[in-house]
Amino acid sequence: MVEFTLPANSKIGKGKTWPKPEGATRAKTFNVYRWNPDDGKNPQVDSYQVDLDECGPMVLDALIKIKNETDQTLTFRRSCREGICGSCAMNIDGTNTLACTKFISDVKGDINVYPLPHMKVVKDLVPDLNTVYAQLSSIEPWMKAQTPPPPDQERLQSPEDRKKLDGLYECILCFCCSTSCPSYWWNGDRYLGPAVLLQAYRWIADSRDEYTGERLDNLEDPFRLYRCHTIMNCSKTCPKGLNPGKAIAEIKKLMIQRQV
Amino acid sequence: MSMDERPLSPHLQVYRFQWTMAYSIFHRITGVALGVGTLYFAWWLLALASGPEAFATVQSFSGSWLGRLMLFGWTWALFYHLGAGVRHLFWDAGMGFELDTAEKSGHAVVGFSILATLALWVVAYSVL
Repeated sequence: MVEFTLPANSKIGKGKTWPKPEGATRAKTFNVYRWNPDDGKNPQVDSYQVDLDECGPMVLDALIKIKNETDQTLTFRRSCREGICGSCAMNIDGTNTLACTKFISDVKGDINVYPLPHMKVVKDLVPDLNTVYAQLSSIEPWMKAQTPPPPDQERLQSPEDRKKLDGLYECILCFCCSTSCPSYWWNGDRYLGPAVLLQAYRWIADSRDEYTGERLDNLEDPFRLYRCHTIMNCSKTCPKGLNPGKAIAEIKKLMIQRQV
Repeated sequence: MSMDERPLSPHLQVYRFQWTMAYSIFHRITGVALGVGTLYFAWWLLALASGPEAFATVQSFSGSWLGRLMLFGWTWALFYHLGAGVRHLFWDAGMGFELDTAEKSGHAVVGFSILATLALWVVAYSVL
């Protein structure tokens, strides 16, 4: 359902403004979305100031510094701090990206930090990912084959066939793309979204997988696949430089090709 | 805590404007506008079939500044929807997905729609 405004319990109020750290000559303001399930209040945006002379270069460095030194209640996911785990995906300066690979210096003025858009919030910057994970499992993201593998080696693949997976296998499932997609915002309960469809295509495109037909059958649905209107927010925002929009178009092409 | 009690994170409120998303919503808006324009066209045809008096009413409305403004808007909507439709055809063939190309093709559609609209109206005014 298209709902442009936020529900009453999600409207964002003005939050706390923390003082500038003493002696800071290069202080940067971070406006961070906060919501605590335990206090019964609406979400709010708290304002923190970070001394850039005492902080690492990435937005994640600043968030960790805030949590360590200013406000220990600030909650966010992070793990690898090098753009390979996808945990710290969030909306920074208006687009979705990984806090650990986003340079503070890339943002002019204050840095606004929100959770991934149009998601149920668990706490602060932590969105609930149960739906996207369920959608991912629905496309069975593993290799399926009826013929048994050769007894003495792995299933082989030519370099040409392997090349078809470039731009697909690198996805780290951070869901920046799905949560940037207006179509996913309005129909996220039935539309699979760009991240999951890119995964679906990763297995469709794999020469070793023998269930291409069944995979396409599963996607042949007005909502699961065809809510993609090539808006391209997904490809624009992908922190790994992948192109989910193109992957979805390849699935749509295969749908047509198998009919003619 | 049940899922219904959790707040929804902000979306349109915080997401930075993207040309690609604007061009996409324009495609839909112009499509709707053309649907309404088709009703107007049907009114024109009906009036044509009903006789000179009814036809004169439609024509006088079409000639008014409001009528002309609406017709001008519909011409633009038609050319924009046409151009964006062709852009979608390329996409459906798997072409033009590079970020740079996707943005440039969107700009090109806007440029085409404006030029074609102006050209059509210049021609229309010089002929009529």
